[in-house]
Amino acid sequence: MSHHIVEVQDLHYTYPGETVALQGVSFRIEHGEAVGIVGANGAGKSTLLQHLNGYLVPIRGTVRIGDYPLTKETVRQVRRTVGMVFQDPDDQLFMPTVYEDVAFGPLNLGLPPADIELRVAQALETVGAWHLRDRPPYRLSGGEKRAVAIASVLSMSPDILVLDEPTSNLDPRARRHLIALLKSFHHTKIIATHDLDLVLDLCSRVIVIHEGRVRADGTVQAIFEDEALLEDSHLEKPLRMQACPVCG
Amino acid sequence: MATIESALLDIGGFDILAAQDTAVHRRDPRAKVLTALAFILTVVSYDKYDLSGLIPLFVYPVALMAVGNLPPGYLLGKLLFASPFALIIGIFNPLLDRSTVLQVGPVLISGGWVSYASILLRFSLTLSAALILVSTTGFNSVCLALERMKAPKSLTVQFMLLYRYIFVLASEASRMYKAWTLRSAMHKRMPMRIFVSLVGQLLLRALERAQRIHMAMLSRGFDGEIHRLRPLQFGKTDLCFVLGWCSFFLLARGLNLPQMLGEAVIGIMQ
Repeated sequence: MSHHIVEVQDLHYTYPGETVALQGVSFRIEHGEAVGIVGANGAGKSTLLQHLNGYLVPIRGTVRIGDYPLTKETVRQVRRTVGMVFQDPDDQLFMPTVYEDVAFGPLNLGLPPADIELRVAQALETVGAWHLRDRPPYRLSGGEKRAVAIASVLSMSPDILVLDEPTSNLDPRARRHLIALLKSFHHTKIIATHDLDLVLDLCSRVIVIHEGRVRADGTVQAIFEDEALLEDSHLEKPLRMQACPVCG
Repeated sequence: MATIESALLDIGGFDILAAQDTAVHRRDPRAKVLTALAFILTVVSYDKYDLSGLIPLFVYPVALMAVGNLPPGYLLGKLLFASPFALIIGIFNPLLDRSTVLQVGPVLISGGWVSYASILLRFSLTLSAALILVSTTGFNSVCLALERMKAPKSLTVQFMLLYRYIFVLASEASRMYKAWTLRSAMHKRMPMRIFVSLVGQLLLRALERAQRIHMAMLSRGFDGEIHRLRPLQFGKTDLCFVLGWCSFFLLARGLNLPQMLGEAVIGIMQ
């Protein structure tokens, strides 16, 4: 099955005003892999993610999602394949009620109403938010908003999930719930985050982005053991891999 | 600014009222929108010196409030909040129009005062009808009803998004204001210069957010049109609701009910 593959080759992007964001990023993510994308602020993570759902179209280089190279013609198909969860759930939940929000994607796919209802119910039950269906999004807690944002993407049955800072603004318990939820998914997962412990929990592979380039790409163990590399990329070891400050 | 935030939370109060389940709440939103429109048209169609003719129309808001289980104090508060607008609009009428139209005992009442009172009555009638519509139907269902009645989609979608993001925008504004107060103990009021830059920044943030929302819409297959999955059912009861109220409005408009009632009472007494 080739349709869950993400392949980026020699990707360059410069914002208007000459801010260079990406200068030759290449990697290939296989079916079912869970990959953490880490890097300092301004390293180019967000720009990279915006290419994966076709919001930005490559200036130089190629992005391949499954069977399709990303172009203006294939962008709709690509967006169907890639489910993107945004950093701020308030940006993602724009419809008046939770139910309508989760139904937004399937409605755009033009599915028959019975299928839409089924998909919405399944997505909301998967994230444990069925009881919130009639609530307006602004009356949800941070953890609930995040769960619903994920449901709104799941209802489109994407093959690949892209998450931007999924644990930001969550309390420890909500964070733990989210990690358990994401662990239960069998999608190809791409997670951009500063929460390196989350990467340790969910991912088998890490790509370090630094100044618009891939600085390192390897297994979680290899990357997080390499202190010089982490230091150089403005990162540090996940807390769980650091020595205990109390007992040494 | 804290008061703005609490006022907005108060807007959320409409949602709580609208979530009730009463005979009024159960009517199809379109029925309620149509009736409210007919009511407002009736109210504005009266002559500017007609006061007594307007009185029977109070049956509509009072009946809906009673059946729809709405707290009169809450709606009255909202009415008062908007009242300066109406008070100012008619304030010159008594000065400009001094012809006597009414005599109550020894007191002569000028046309200006009568038309001023008429403006205030109409204001309370139309605004309470709108408030009752929103608090028995919910803002979003009103938008949906307008959409199904072929109102321009760009307008209804604007309303929907406005209502969704007004809370987000207000909390952003109040955070900025808080940040200013915490670092400006010596100022009592915000200087104009700072206010201007704060509003400008709020606009920029809103634009940025709009861009992110657009991106979120696109990544879920948005193609320029928002499809909605909410079946509405316009049943017989809804039809009766609209026709019943409209015939009452026509009756009240066509016949001066208070005058007839008065004449009948005098007739009996004689």
